[in-house]
Amino acid sequence: MSIQFDVAVIGGGPAGLAAAIAANGAGAKTVLIEREARLGGILKQCVHDGFGLVRYGERLAGPEYAQRYINELKETDVQVSLLTFVDKIKNLPDGYDLTLVSAGGLRHIRARAIVLATGCRERTARQIAIHGQRPAGVLTAGTAQYYTNILGQLPGRRCVVLGSGDIGMIMARRLTLEGAEVLGVYEAKSIPSGLPRNIAQCLLDFGIPLHLCKTVTRCFGHARLEAVEIAGVDENMRPIAGTEERLECDALILSVGLIPENELAETLGVRLDPVTNGPVCDQNGQTNVPGVFSCGNASHVNDLVDYVSESGAAAGRAAASYVPGERLYAELRAGEGFLYAMPQRVELSRVPEELTLYFRSRDERGKTRVSVKLGEKLLLQKRFNQLRPPEMERVTLDLCGAAIGEGGVILLEMEEIV
Amino acid sequence: MLRKPYKASACYERMVIIVKNLICITCPTGCRLEAEYAGGKLTVSGNGCKRGEEFALAELTNPMRSLTSTVRTANPLMMLPVRTDREIPKDKIGEVMKLLRGVVVERPVTCGEIIAGLAPVCDGSMIATCDMS
Repeated sequence: MSIQFDVAVIGGGPAGLAAAIAANGAGAKTVLIEREARLGGILKQCVHDGFGLVRYGERLAGPEYAQRYINELKETDVQVSLLTFVDKIKNLPDGYDLTLVSAGGLRHIRARAIVLATGCRERTARQIAIHGQRPAGVLTAGTAQYYTNILGQLPGRRCVVLGSGDIGMIMARRLTLEGAEVLGVYEAKSIPSGLPRNIAQCLLDFGIPLHLCKTVTRCFGHARLEAVEIAGVDENMRPIAGTEERLECDALILSVGLIPENELAETLGVRLDPVTNGPVCDQNGQTNVPGVFSCGNASHVNDLVDYVSESGAAAGRAAASYVPGERLYAELRAGEGFLYAMPQRVELSRVPEELTLYFRSRDERGKTRVSVKLGEKLLLQKRFNQLRPPEMERVTLDLCGAAIGEGGVILLEMEEIV
Repeated sequence: MLRKPYKASACYERMVIIVKNLICITCPTGCRLEAEYAGGKLTVSGNGCKRGEEFALAELTNPMRSLTSTVRTANPLMMLPVRTDREIPKDKIGEVMKLLRGVVVERPVTCGEIIAGLAPVCDGSMIATCDMS
């Protein structure tokens, strides 16, 4: 007979930790399943600081932020299963059957509701059309970070970083501090993707050059990377013939994007949003499959861990009080100029007094007014001095007195302020 | 870069004019600052809050940074993450990194515990940023 839980949380990173604590706090018998030996997820290797500014008002290092949640979890009676992998989830009439694999072998548990806190994966060299051999020394930024910060092994001596996202710039600084030479950070777009402060404190502080409108097109070397080919790109990010140059290096670090991890979700029939690559969720992270919740970077890639924890806690609380039954929804639609807005829909049985929305703009913009409307009724208007696609914005709507009905549409609009 | 002004050089100080474009690193907003230091007086524009002014002044006199890194432990494949307990002068980062290379932690630690003093290089200590059993 398999053990019955109210909530099974899959993934012990910041989203899963917050979800398990919240579910437990709401009275649910909760299990937290983590495939690694330690809790904390990717925060374990993010030794740089800047985490927790929103949540704690402090600039914590990644492991430090995770430690606060781990300590909080220790005070609960959440059952934690480390070194355990969820192999399969089966839909039952009254919940879910999870097949778990660990050193002890296969076992089954049951849960009324599931919280998917599986995080995201990094895009690899093959996904961005880098040609040539497959020598050692071509790594994603996360792998380089794991080698450097957890194992204490430098992945290369002469490194090229492709991608100007925050992780790429932070790794450029980290490798430099540990004695490697970072030849440059290359970015195919015409604007850097990361935060300006990281350009300042990670690149400018250490004299690391940032090359825009340039990408890596080819790797040279057999056993070990010997060089890469750099090429200029046009406005459609296609390499321009004749601009190729060869750059000798022994490591290529890729920071070229993250993709929410939803393989388990897909086996359950969870509908994914083609823009976020995460499930279509309501305000509590509930997917189209009843009792299956998604949070953190599995639902969409966040840039602040504080918001990952926030979405985890919301999903955990909602999973704890989940009861099967028909549900009615209003839709949230992001108009012209937005890349996406979350959540994609609002569940109406428990319309909250306040609704938190996250959005990203499609392009870099100056002074912009964002309006949120329900039909003709204006729910919120907010000015932004600038909007940038790499920076997720968060607004809170007051829904008191707003009569949202089934099929209603909450519309986000933006206009330039002249 | 201008060092912290000495009293003796007050008259020299009045002659110095520095104009610098900076990106404030105090918070994720990353305001673009224009700092002008002339006649011993600092004027800052572009800052969204008061912290921008303080940052600009420090950048023009004695830039400070917090430093995060890792140190070796008894387990050859497990580093302990650490950070400075305060900001340290930017130009001391290299020396502190050198100092950390010699540190090995061979006991259980809790998050926040002092791992190494930075005394020979600058004020402050490195503290652990997670528990290690």
